[in-house]
Amino acid sequence: MTAITLVGHERATIDRQRVVGAIFAVLGLVDIFVFGLLADKGDAVFTFTLTGAAVNVPNLTLAPGPVSEGLGALSVVLGFVYAGLKSSKILQRLMGVTVTLAFVVSFLCWSDAGRTPLPFESLMQSTMLAAIPLVLGALSGCLCERSGVINIAIEGQLLLGAFAGAVIASAFGSLWLGLLTGSLAGGLLGILLAVFAIRYMVDQIILGVVLNVFASGLTGYLYDQELVPFENRLNSPATFNSIKIPILGDIPVIGPILFDSTIFLYIAYAAVALVHIGLFKTRWGLRVRAVGEHPTAADTVGIRVLWTRYRNVILGGLVAGIGGASLTIGSVGSFGKDISSGQGYIALAAMIFGRWTPLGATGAALLFGFSLACASVLGTIGAPIPSDFLLMLPYVATIIAVTGFVGRSRAPKADGQPYIKA
Amino acid sequence: MSQQHPGPGGNEPQDPADSAAPPGGAGLSPRGTDDEAADASRSKGTEVAISLLNAVLEGSSAVVTFLAIVAAVVIGGLLIAFTSPVVLHAWSHVFSAPGTAFSQAWDVAASAYSAMFEGAILNPHTVTAAFHGGSTAAIFNPLSETAVNATPLILAGLAVALAFRTGLFNIGATGQFIGGAMIAGWIGFAVHLPMIVHVVVAVIGGFVGGAIVGSFVGYLKARTGAHEVIVTIMSNYVMEYLILFLLGLAVFRAPGLPNPVSPSVANNAMLPHLAGASLRINAGFLIALAAAAAVAWLLDRTTVGFELRTVGANQSAARSAGMSPERSWVIVMLICGGLAGLAGASVILGTDFALTPQIYGTYGIDAITVALLGRAKPTGVVLAALLYGSLNAGSITMQAQTQIPVDIATVIQALIVLFVAAPPFIRELFHLRARRVGEEGQVLAKGWSS
Repeated sequence: MTAITLVGHERATIDRQRVVGAIFAVLGLVDIFVFGLLADKGDAVFTFTLTGAAVNVPNLTLAPGPVSEGLGALSVVLGFVYAGLKSSKILQRLMGVTVTLAFVVSFLCWSDAGRTPLPFESLMQSTMLAAIPLVLGALSGCLCERSGVINIAIEGQLLLGAFAGAVIASAFGSLWLGLLTGSLAGGLLGILLAVFAIRYMVDQIILGVVLNVFASGLTGYLYDQELVPFENRLNSPATFNSIKIPILGDIPVIGPILFDSTIFLYIAYAAVALVHIGLFKTRWGLRVRAVGEHPTAADTVGIRVLWTRYRNVILGGLVAGIGGASLTIGSVGSFGKDISSGQGYIALAAMIFGRWTPLGATGAALLFGFSLACASVLGTIGAPIPSDFLLMLPYVATIIAVTGFVGRSRAPKADGQPYIKA
Repeated sequence: MSQQHPGPGGNEPQDPADSAAPPGGAGLSPRGTDDEAADASRSKGTEVAISLLNAVLEGSSAVVTFLAIVAAVVIGGLLIAFTSPVVLHAWSHVFSAPGTAFSQAWDVAASAYSAMFEGAILNPHTVTAAFHGGSTAAIFNPLSETAVNATPLILAGLAVALAFRTGLFNIGATGQFIGGAMIAGWIGFAVHLPMIVHVVVAVIGGFVGGAIVGSFVGYLKARTGAHEVIVTIMSNYVMEYLILFLLGLAVFRAPGLPNPVSPSVANNAMLPHLAGASLRINAGFLIALAAAAAVAWLLDRTTVGFELRTVGANQSAARSAGMSPERSWVIVMLICGGLAGLAGASVILGTDFALTPQIYGTYGIDAITVALLGRAKPTGVVLAALLYGSLNAGSITMQAQTQIPVDIATVIQALIVLFVAAPPFIRELFHLRARRVGEEGQVLAKGWSS
């Protein structure tokens, strides 16, 4: 297999270029013919000012027809350029981002054409809010899988984190203690995952699924048994307030989105930066990746394979636990049964979609968060697309990503394989 | 795969699927041959006794399964006992009245489990009542409920088990279940057909609906190498939103109801009751048993089944023997999808009768645990599904009688499978002798890239 891949490598890149170019062109055609020509009559209006903002940003009014057609034409041209010309990696990425943005803008124009103004700011704020658990969950996945342990238990880690965060914050009246315990609860499931995967060598895919069932059953049981009868004491936590960063938070449009949120968003920023730099710029990260790709070689040069895996899996659990806590004490407050509702699996999807890299996973998580936010916001303005399809989007996108039409998403080589010292 | 040796080394015949972690083929090496000479001198009876003793001490798969169930039930009991308000109150006075704390804890757990037994197997009160003119059907109600709960688990469990035997992880039983329930349900309420024909067509529709979803996964894997675990997980969610979308459409929505619910299936399309109208047990249970027999026949008696098992045991060996793993993947996912679709049909035509957004319940995920507990064998799946069905049926009675939440059944089920999948853990827990290296058949985990 390897030999064939090597020989076919040159051809594969050319084919890949063509396929990606074709996809750009198709997206462009959708922009033109669906979002442009089929748009309802009337303008699309975007409001940028939140109530109580210091600076009043004027509304943006776009005519959906010309805007979508123009952006669509641009995408088609970029598609041909991508397919025909050899360009640098950065330029290729830039083209990808442009086409995606053009698609999103055309889509929003089409959804809002002739309807009540679209509150852009609150749409983006919900995007960030929805993305927080996805980003942290996906980072948990990256940490585990880069060291060679498959983490399907993200869902369970989020759930336990949400549960512990809400209960402890409510019982002791301290949000920070809730945040800490939420993280520890995720870490606890991480320990279970690590021990059974590394020490007892249970198949990690099975293990992840079983741990999710376990977390769902345990939190569901404790919810009915303890939280429902003692709701006031155990399940009525406060929530974190927004912290506005001075100066940055006052920037019009982007300030309220990026720099005026709860502590969880800032933790997510820090976590993304730390995991990215940690994995790709430090000796620690090099060792982790070596363990995930070729544990035997890593062991030969003296890296402690099992220890690295234990540490990373537990670290991942701690990170995902914070994401779980954000579901309760970062937004709605009280815990509800299965509050994570599949977001752990979206986080898994984001990690795969982002090709097992922290930055890619974050980008995917933001995109998925955007589609979740659209599902709730666009429904209120009566957009012509059923919210179910928007909710479906992350999963469909991931299926397309793993089928390899848009460049194969490749896992670390030793991901999921237990290591036995020879 | 492995030879059976008499005497201390060999305790039972094993085939690839005998080990807990299914795909990839178990690397069971023949046992040591050095003590064979000694074995020859022993009598037949001693041999059997010794091998039985060894089975227990070393923890054969049956012993491990039993101990895993015991451990899970004990932990579940502790969880019940120490989360009960009564017991917690008693513990707060543990130093003044230690006996009360322990006896309270015992009472709560014991009453929970006995209520579970009454809901799943036999309730003595109904027997007494029958002597005093009560209905005899009531005696069998718990067993009927167990069978009803087990029916979709058998079918969906087979869908996971058969894929395991071919080396595939079918996490997508949920999506395939929805596909089956959707088409079976639609045929049930939208089409008008005569008796018998209608139910048969609807059941076949269920198979087809699941098979479409399943074969899509198999096709993608065969054509592009997309990992089936990722595709099946994602397809579950796609299907969950698809049914939600469809139930919003006029075609699927029952007119005049505020909730997204489909019309009820026609009487002709309902699976007939097996033991009178008062018991819910229906022909779906027979379909499930027949499906288990069919899967056993397929695996053990047909060329296709041989190919499937070979692909599951060793993909490259299968390829060099002229078999096509790709073809096997598509075939097996088509059948597995169909089986999970039948599970959907059994629920919609047997017990629920109308599509709801939550029709899929937790059957698809439970199916994975059922298949693991049943060690990916048809008989094992049936037994495991009956155990899980009894836990589910019993937990409902338990909640009604003792107010202990049904979710405890989920916890126990997850723990059973966690322990079954980790025989070394169970051995350490119960101080059993460790097996020799290479006999565990545990190192089967495969990564995303394979």
